[in-house]
Amino acid sequence: MRESQTYLYVTLAVTMLFARAAFSQIQNQPDDGQWIMPAKNFASTRYSTLAQINTSNVKNLKLAWSFSTGLTKGHEAAPLVVNNTMYVVTPWPNLLYALDLTKPGGPLKWIYSPHPSASAQGVACCDVVNRGAAYYNGKIYYNTLDNHTVAIDANTGKELWKTRLGDINIGESMTMAPLVVKGKVLVGNSGGEFGVRGWLSALDANTGKLLWRAYATGPDKDVLIGASFKPFYEQNRGNDLGEKTWQGEQWKIGGGAGWSWISYDPDLDLIYYGTANPGPWNPEQRPGDNKWTCTLFARRPGTGEAIWAYQFNPHDNHDYDGVNENILLDLTIRGRARKVLAHPDRNARMYIIERATGEVLSAEPFSNQNTSESVDLKTGRIKYADAKSTGFKTVRDICPAAPGGKDWQPSSYSPRTGFIYIPHNNLCMEYQGVQSNYIAGTPYVGANVRMYAGPGGHRGELSAWDPVAAKTVWSVKETFPAWSGTLVSAGDVVFYGTMDGWFKAVDARNGAALWQFKVGSGIVSQPITYKGPDGKQYVAVLSGVGGWSGAIVSGGLNSKDGTAALGFVNAMADLPNFTTTGGMLYVFSLP
Amino acid sequence: MSFRYLSPLLLLFVPWWGAAARELRVCADPNNLPFSNQAGEGLENKLAQLLAAGLKAELKYTWWVQRRSFLKNSLAAGLCDVVLGVPSTLDSVLATQPYYSSTYVFLERIDRHLNISSLNDPRLEQLRIGIHLVGNDYAPPAHLLARRGLSNRLVGYSLYGEFGVSNPPSRLIGAVVRGDIDVALLWGPFAGYFSKLQSVPLKITPVSPASFMSIPFRYEISVAVRKGDTELHDELEHVLTQACKTISALVAKYGIPQMQEDMARCDSSHAASLSQ
Repeated sequence: MRESQTYLYVTLAVTMLFARAAFSQIQNQPDDGQWIMPAKNFASTRYSTLAQINTSNVKNLKLAWSFSTGLTKGHEAAPLVVNNTMYVVTPWPNLLYALDLTKPGGPLKWIYSPHPSASAQGVACCDVVNRGAAYYNGKIYYNTLDNHTVAIDANTGKELWKTRLGDINIGESMTMAPLVVKGKVLVGNSGGEFGVRGWLSALDANTGKLLWRAYATGPDKDVLIGASFKPFYEQNRGNDLGEKTWQGEQWKIGGGAGWSWISYDPDLDLIYYGTANPGPWNPEQRPGDNKWTCTLFARRPGTGEAIWAYQFNPHDNHDYDGVNENILLDLTIRGRARKVLAHPDRNARMYIIERATGEVLSAEPFSNQNTSESVDLKTGRIKYADAKSTGFKTVRDICPAAPGGKDWQPSSYSPRTGFIYIPHNNLCMEYQGVQSNYIAGTPYVGANVRMYAGPGGHRGELSAWDPVAAKTVWSVKETFPAWSGTLVSAGDVVFYGTMDGWFKAVDARNGAALWQFKVGSGIVSQPITYKGPDGKQYVAVLSGVGGWSGAIVSGGLNSKDGTAALGFVNAMADLPNFTTTGGMLYVFSLP
Repeated sequence: MSFRYLSPLLLLFVPWWGAAARELRVCADPNNLPFSNQAGEGLENKLAQLLAAGLKAELKYTWWVQRRSFLKNSLAAGLCDVVLGVPSTLDSVLATQPYYSSTYVFLERIDRHLNISSLNDPRLEQLRIGIHLVGNDYAPPAHLLARRGLSNRLVGYSLYGEFGVSNPPSRLIGAVVRGDIDVALLWGPFAGYFSKLQSVPLKITPVSPASFMSIPFRYEISVAVRKGDTELHDELEHVLTQACKTISALVAKYGIPQMQEDMARCDSSHAASLSQ
C-alpha cells in the first residue's frame, strides 16, 4: 500500500515535470475550453485540449442546434466562444450576432450592425467575406469591409469605438480578423488587385486610436525599418529596399496588403505576418524584387518596428501572396531545440523558419508544384523554374494555380501527433501576362487565367505534415479545393469542411474517415470546439459557400465564362451542381 | 359603403398597370464622362435615349460604378438588360455590331512640339509618360513599353477616384496641361473629350503600332445584352442601323478620335443590308 503510494507520488512528480517541460513549449498553451480568437491562441495552433469527443465516439456526433445568418455570401469566419456566449461575424453587411449558450438552442442575445458602405461591395476582389473577430478584455474587435475597425462591448453589444483606417475610393477593403496583443488591436488592409499599398496597423484597444502603421512598400521610414532590423539573409539587407527594388514610383501602387493572419510569441515579443502579392499583374512591368511583397515580417507589437523580414517570392510571377498562417512551434530539428514557425506558402512549400532570426530550416513542397526548383538555405533565395516564369506571354501547366498550394484557409497543429493538418488545393493554370480588366474607358479584353484540377483530377486535399521530417504523413483527396480551416483536438480528431457541404472528422493519426454530416451550403470557414456551460464538448462551424473559390455560387457567375472570378470559375464550373448559398451556423455534440 | 373602399383600390391599380409599359433597363456609371453621368450628359446617355425611343420604351437607369466586376454585378445580376460601351469582342456578353471604334492615343501640349506617335520612339526613354491605371494594371500600351524596359518612365493615374469628385479619369489630362508629365497615353475618347475643355491647345495622335503581340490598341465598341437575349439584341441592332448617321454625328460631337476606315461605317454593306 505504502509502496504503491510512493510509486504514485514519484509518477506524479515525473508527470508534472514532464508536463511543465511540455507546457514551456509554445504549442502547449493553457486552454480554458473557450475560443477567443480565430486561431485559438497566439501560436495559431487551432488545437483544443478537449477530449470528450474522440476517435471512437465521434461517429455518434449529432447536430445540437443551428442558427441562420440570413445572408448568402461567403462565410469565412470562425465563431468565438467567451463567457458562455457565442459571437458570429458575417460577410458584408458585417453583422455581429451574440448567442446565449446557457439556454437551449443558443438563442440570440443581441445583434450589432456597423452599417458598412454599400459601395464597399464593389471594391472587394473576391466576394465580400470576413474572417472573424477577436475577444480581449470584455470587448469584441473586428473589421468591416469598408475599412473600419470596431470595438463592441461583449456583454451589451454596444459600440465602444469605430475607427476608419482605409479608403474604399482607392480600392481598399478589410476582410481579415484582428489579433489583439498587449492592448493593441492589429489589423491590415486588402485590395492588392486595385493598386492599393499594403499596410499593417495597431490601434489602442481602449480608444481605437491609431498607434502605428507599417507599409509593405516604400522607404524604410514607412516600412518601420530602423536600427533593430536584422534580416538573416543578405538579399533582405540594405537601405530603402521597399523603394529601390521597384522602378520609379511603382512602389506606391505595389500591393503587399496584410489581409490575413498574425501570430505572436510573447517570450520573443514578436508578431509574425505575411504580405500579399505585388502589382501590376504582368511581372515585366515591375522589374526588381518588389519588396516587401510576398514577405514574412517579424515586428515588435509595441512600436511596429521590423526585427527581421524574409521574402518568400521575390518578383512574384504567379500571384503567390505571402499571407498564409504562421504556426509557432518549439521543435527539435536535426537534434537541436528550435523555436520555429511553420508557414505553408501559396507557392506550395512548407517553410520552417527559426522565428528569432528568420533563418529558413526547410522549405519542402506540401502540394504538387512546378514553379520552383528549390530554396537555397544558405542564401534564402528561391530558385524559380525558368520554364514556368511568366511575363507578357502564355505559359501553360503552371502548378499551383494563382490561389496557391493553399490560400488563406488555416492549418492546425496537434502537439499529440506532432503533425500540421493542411487544407489545400490541387490546381494548375494557364497564365497570360495580360489580365482582363474591362471597364468603360479601358476597353481591354485580355485573355485571362484559367484554372483546372492538378494531377489526379481532384482539386483539393487534406494533408498531415510532419514539420520535423519535412514530409507528408498522410493525405485525403477532396473533389473541390479544401477551402475551410482545420481544427484538431486532444481527442485526436481533425475537423474540416468541404465546398460541396460535408463537415468531416478524420483520425489525426492516420486520416481515416470517422464521421461526416451534410450541411446546407459549402464550407469555406473555420471550425472551432468549446466546452459548453453544461460541461459538454461542442464543435461549431459556419456553412455558406463563397469567397474567391466559391464565387461561382455566391456571386451567381456564369459558368461558361471560365475567366470570371480571376479565372477560378473554370476550375469550379460544377460547384453549383453540388451546393447552393446560405449562411448557417451548425453546432454538434455527443448525445 | 362598398364604393368608398373600392375607389382607393382602383387608384392603386391604375398606376401599377401604367408602369407595365415597356422599359429599357440600362446600367451605367453615374460619374464617367464622356461616356455617362447621372445628369445624362454623356455619349452613352444620349445613345440610350435614342435606343429607348427606337424601341418605344421608357429609359430606366441603374447607376453602378464601373469598377472591377461591373458586368457581373450589373448586367449578369439582372439589375438591367443593357450596358452600353463594351468592346465588341467581349465574350461574356452578347454584343451588337459596333457603333464606333477608337484607339489609344498620345496626348501632349502643342507648345511642347514633341509630336510623338510611336510607342517605339526612342525619346520616350527620357520622358515622363502618364498612363491610366485600371486597378493595379496599366492600360494596354504599357505592355509594349515594359518590353522596351520603360516601366520606370510610367506614372500611373487611377481611373478610379473619390465617388464624390467628378470625372476621375480627367486627372491624367490635367497632368499634361500642368506639365506634371510630358505625354499621356490613354484611350481616345477621354483624350478627345477632355482636351477640348482645357485652356491650352493639346495634340492627339493615335498610337502606332496598332497592336502588340495579342493586344490591340484599337477597339470597336458595342451595346451589350446578356448572352441568349437575342431578341433584344436584334431589336437594338436594328435601331443602331437605322440611326447610324445620327450616332456617328453624336460620336464626333463628343470629340472621340475615330479611325479613318470607320467613317464609312453607315454605308457598309452589313449596315445597309440590315436596314432593308
